[in-house]
Amino acid sequence: MEQCHVRAGVAISMRESKLNGLLFLLGVLLVWELAARAELVNPLVVPPLSRILTIFYDLLGSGQIPMQILVSMKRALVGYLLAALVFIPLGILMGLHDRLYRSLEVVVEMLRPIPPPVVIPVALLFFGLEDTMKIFVIFFSCAWPILLNALDGVRHIDRVLLHTAQTFSLSRGKILWQVILPASSPQIMTGLRVSLPIMLILVVISEMVGSTDGIGYFILDSQRRFKVAQMYAGMLALAILGYGLNLLFNWLCNLLLPWQAGMTRRTE
Amino acid sequence: MPILEVQGLSKSYRQMGGDTTLAIGNITCAVEAGEFVSFVGPSGCGKTTLLMSIAGLLAPSSGRILVKGREISGPPPNLVLVFQEFNKSLFAWRSVLGNVRFGLQARGNRSREAEARARSLIELVGLKGFEKAYPWELSGGMQQRVAIARALAYGPEVLLMDEPFGSLDALTRLELEDTLLRLWAELRTTILFITHDIEEAIYLSDRIWVLSRRPAEIVEELRIDFARPRDQVTTRAEARFMELRNDIYQRISGEGGR
Amino acid sequence: MNGSRNFNRRGWLLFAVLLLLWEIGSRSSPKLQLYLPPVSQILITLGDLLRAGEIVKHLATTLARFVEGYIFSAALAVTLGVLLGYFRFAHSLVEIVIEFLRPMPSVAIIPVAVLMLGIGDAMIVAVTVYASTWPVLINTIDGVRRIERTLIDTGRTFGLSGRQTLWRVILPAASPTIVTGLRVSLSIALILVTTAEMVIGSRGLGFFILDQERSMNGAAMYAGIVLVALLGYALNRIFLMFESRAMRWSNAMSARESL
Repeated sequence: MEQCHVRAGVAISMRESKLNGLLFLLGVLLVWELAARAELVNPLVVPPLSRILTIFYDLLGSGQIPMQILVSMKRALVGYLLAALVFIPLGILMGLHDRLYRSLEVVVEMLRPIPPPVVIPVALLFFGLEDTMKIFVIFFSCAWPILLNALDGVRHIDRVLLHTAQTFSLSRGKILWQVILPASSPQIMTGLRVSLPIMLILVVISEMVGSTDGIGYFILDSQRRFKVAQMYAGMLALAILGYGLNLLFNWLCNLLLPWQAGMTRRTE
Repeated sequence: MPILEVQGLSKSYRQMGGDTTLAIGNITCAVEAGEFVSFVGPSGCGKTTLLMSIAGLLAPSSGRILVKGREISGPPPNLVLVFQEFNKSLFAWRSVLGNVRFGLQARGNRSREAEARARSLIELVGLKGFEKAYPWELSGGMQQRVAIARALAYGPEVLLMDEPFGSLDALTRLELEDTLLRLWAELRTTILFITHDIEEAIYLSDRIWVLSRRPAEIVEELRIDFARPRDQVTTRAEARFMELRNDIYQRISGEGGR
Repeated sequence: MNGSRNFNRRGWLLFAVLLLLWEIGSRSSPKLQLYLPPVSQILITLGDLLRAGEIVKHLATTLARFVEGYIFSAALAVTLGVLLGYFRFAHSLVEIVIEFLRPMPSVAIIPVAVLMLGIGDAMIVAVTVYASTWPVLINTIDGVRRIERTLIDTGRTFGLSGRQTLWRVILPAASPTIVTGLRVSLSIALILVTTAEMVIGSRGLGFFILDQERSMNGAAMYAGIVLVALLGYALNRIFLMFESRAMRWSNAMSARESL
């Protein structure tokens, strides 16, 4: 008779879990290194980890990688912030005024299912290989999560909260600024958080398809020139970038929404 | 002049299917300044609708509400409603102090006195030391106390309370009843209280209006004469207490369903 | 939310007006026409392309790659996710690796895949599988982990074997979360297929669209985009159909809670 053992009841402590994970990771990395060196895997396709790390370090020092990342981030952030600037207010307005929502609903539902990368050729047509092309693509792609979350955040504000604001005889303007915005801010942040990886993905894709610089281009170009270790180094840089952006965002979230930190921890 | 008057109030809703349902039948009553009055009625009889209408948050289908002789058309500035769902009513993004100060800030009062007033109320409700805590960190009873402090800091002349202690455990409820009476005695606010707990109504009030089943109408008015300050042990032990309770209970359960 | 949606006249009206502005604006400016051909021209071109048949082959290619990638990733991710969600030890091992790989955009894997698998169908399906696995994996792990201990204990009280517990308790209980992941991975799979086709291109709608752009065939390019959007829409609908059938209990539950 099969027996499934769930050690969850006596949960593995956090520290033990982290230790396990770390050891496992080191184990995997070690296997990688050895397998590549022993040519168990084709080292032209999967170079030894040490070579990748060496090249990564070199590229870091020479400024190559930081420069490419800067180039990419400049485009990405401009598109992202523009999307936030336009679509958060729009989402809030749509959440507050049902008429506006109904009017725009069809257009939104028509544009939303378009897979963002497919917009790239359009952007290429209009903007060529310029930065504007990437900014436009990111603007378009990040729009929907930002818009829909802002919209949802406003719509799902509990009626009791609104009634509370009304019973204190608040003017409509004050209700908007002092109640509606703070109450919907967690969900607005969710939209921004979801859009962050989208931003990263699209900047990489748009650089692979239509660019001469940036980290996405760098990775693809390295592959085309068969500088394989360099390609992996680029991917490592990208992973670190993604991780770093996440940390930055979470830090910002805790700063802006200090009350949320404790709340979400409690519901886990 | 009564501080609050309800004249011929009725409220009906249109349902999803298209029929209208009458939530409040015909309510006429008056509250004198400084009184503590309660509405008691069976669940679902429309008590919340009644209170929301009096608070100006719902427009009546007919009749009118007068606060200090003036008819209201929207939430009047010297009246505040404390909601039953306190966890949805408190502002999650503000600390306890931030919440309690909210009403004052809304009035444009940001002075030092406003903060001092908020702090004193926090102390009065027994939450001294918790000024910087966020609502989610507090227990249910504490949250409701914050809501009450917030309402009182605003300094309303009339305080409406919609089953404020309904979702709390029995002991917390008794504690808060006394806290409320203390505050009321000190601040001399007029309180209009709704509850389905008959004994709570008797314990707290000067007068009680018993409501019928939906559509709610006043079927009986009772004057409660127990000495103040009231005491959980002695007041409730009085013979008259039980009489009143049985009287009201029979009145309510005798109400045929409609 | 409103249950019965009456026809959104205003919405469709605005949409129609915008299309009209597009049509008129495009026709009135020959320069603009290069970038933004009139709607009518796009639709006519779409019709022609469909009749000619070439674009249908591209569509079929994209669809085939999508289906392969999506189904395979779903099976892989759910299996892996259940195992990792249930066996805390296994999860503790892999948790850090997952946290490391997650922030890297899956599209960055394309060059590696080209290196390993060349530029054929295999490569495209592989990157699709890689990318689509993530949301389902994460959600499955999450869904299984969140299953109340009491639920599993209940199963054991009734003498359910391991396998029965899996099928009768774990999967149904975690399915709402899993389905959410599957929905996200649907869009991701389509995105990856079209992207890969654009990057390495020889066939498929992604390639077609980019190719038309390079040849400055605006109308054909837009026609391709319309087709992809329709494809995405159709896939979504099919998914929703499956979902509502399979998840009737969960939807009813959450509908009741939102009242």
